[in-house]
Amino acid sequence: MAVLLIAEHNNKDLKAFTLNAATAAAQMDEDVHAIIIGHNSGDASKKLSELPVIKKVISIDAPHYENFTAENFAPVITKVAENYSHIVCSANTFGKNLMPRIAAHLDSSQVSDIIKVISNDTFLRPIYAGNAFATVKTNDSKKCITIRPTSFDPCESSGGSAPIENAEAGEEFTNTKFIKREEVKSDRPELGTARIVVSGGRGMQSGDNFKLITEVADKLGAAIGASRAAVDAGYISNDHQVGQTGKVVVPDLYIAIGISGAIQHLAGMKESKIIVAINKDGEAPIFSVADYGLEADLFEAIPQFMEELNKLNTIQK
Amino acid sequence: MKILVAVKRVIDYNVQIRIKEDGSGVVTDNVKMSTNPPDDNAIEEAVKIKEAGKATEVVAVTIGEEKAQETVRKALAVGADRGIHVKVDNSLEPLAVSKILEKIVDKEKPDLVFMGKQAIDDDCNQTGQMLSALLNWPQATFASKIEVKEKSLEVTREIDEGLETIEINVPAIVTCDLRLNEPRYASLPNIMKAKKKPIEEISAADLGVDTAPRVEQIKVEEPPKRKAGIKVANVAELVQKLKNEAKVI
Repeated sequence: MAVLLIAEHNNKDLKAFTLNAATAAAQMDEDVHAIIIGHNSGDASKKLSELPVIKKVISIDAPHYENFTAENFAPVITKVAENYSHIVCSANTFGKNLMPRIAAHLDSSQVSDIIKVISNDTFLRPIYAGNAFATVKTNDSKKCITIRPTSFDPCESSGGSAPIENAEAGEEFTNTKFIKREEVKSDRPELGTARIVVSGGRGMQSGDNFKLITEVADKLGAAIGASRAAVDAGYISNDHQVGQTGKVVVPDLYIAIGISGAIQHLAGMKESKIIVAINKDGEAPIFSVADYGLEADLFEAIPQFMEELNKLNTIQK
Repeated sequence: MKILVAVKRVIDYNVQIRIKEDGSGVVTDNVKMSTNPPDDNAIEEAVKIKEAGKATEVVAVTIGEEKAQETVRKALAVGADRGIHVKVDNSLEPLAVSKILEKIVDKEKPDLVFMGKQAIDDDCNQTGQMLSALLNWPQATFASKIEVKEKSLEVTREIDEGLETIEINVPAIVTCDLRLNEPRYASLPNIMKAKKKPIEEISAADLGVDTAPRVEQIKVEEPPKRKAGIKVANVAELVQKLKNEAKVI
């Protein structure tokens, strides 16, 4: 039986991680079908059909799917899942919210946040904030799998032309009502997919001082991250949090400024290719994962860093 | 309203875990254990709602071995009224946990069930959503703000893009984020009082739930270690290394 990939989108475009999830799905079985549920989401369906790894698109469109409520999505996906061996989506807040609901309907014990497909029933997943890796084998006939998007490359996004089949909508779940979504709009790269991430922690001391992080990020064309301590203190909004319960990032360059490096933060960034730590406490645990550590007062180091960057003829973006 | 709060006993979040030499799991003997951190937020929120006069009773439930009762006792010490301990011998998958909780919900008939959004040991992030599905109740996951209304809750959820607000009719499930509130510490008099609060013990077997594992844990191993890095003397050296050695800027 084939794999059913759940597409994440905003009714117009596919969300970037759908491409990473498609790669993971194709490693479980070459026959990958994708389901897309939304409202007036024809454009996103078309883009999904263009992914070469997708053999068929199942599209379900109704007004009550506009805001991606799990209570509306789970029953229709469960119905479609009858014909599939695996149900796959990203382990981001969309997939984390939705997949367990489907798994419970299917009486399947979900495998969350896998980082490697070992075979079509055996997977590698981090536990204890990434301080251990578990190899697990699921014996359920319907396998519900969420994948860590940064552990899989995005698939090709064009060249395919899978047929799009419309399926019937389910009933509306009326006990959950969407009110609003406050998305933080920014011209910077997205945190989850950025090549460079500049992160600030409690050492920034105030939201105002986060301007310094912003300047460095702008100069490098980087996304902005933060430790939980910085978000809790109100220096910056929650969508910037990197860590066990925030986002997991794997950029080419991660610059941690004023971040001590609690286990929970390291869980979200220690797979980065190059890690830089700037901290005045030379004993801070962040230095244990840093390729380049600078023991310095960040309020002196950041202006110097900007000065040195300005001296460079070119900066890769 | 009556609120049921599910709490889990896990290795304390400050402990650096050790992996068993035979790869069968993580060492838990003689390791400091605590309540799963966001479960503390779940208890705190339930107690705050009761203190505001909007809930009549807060019941704490845990599923686990003998010592898991400590987490219920702690919940009682910060304001829960009574406890339930469902005894099991081994650790269960979230699907089995949600099936047990479904039985407890049938028995207790709460209006709300709260729990942490994720346990910091298995990092599954499934139980609340699964319980919602089994009960066909609305779910508000990753809650960072809850406003209690007459027959509903308005909940702010933390999502990757920012914040989302939904309204859910009771009965409902809420899974709590660490930012929902600041859990209080138990005072000594309250710890003493909690010892007198009742904890009902139930054997999982008596609930008639199939808890057999579906997912085999084949092995647990250390993640690959990062190569040790270097300390640079100054900012100029750092930028030079990033440019010419790592070639990332």
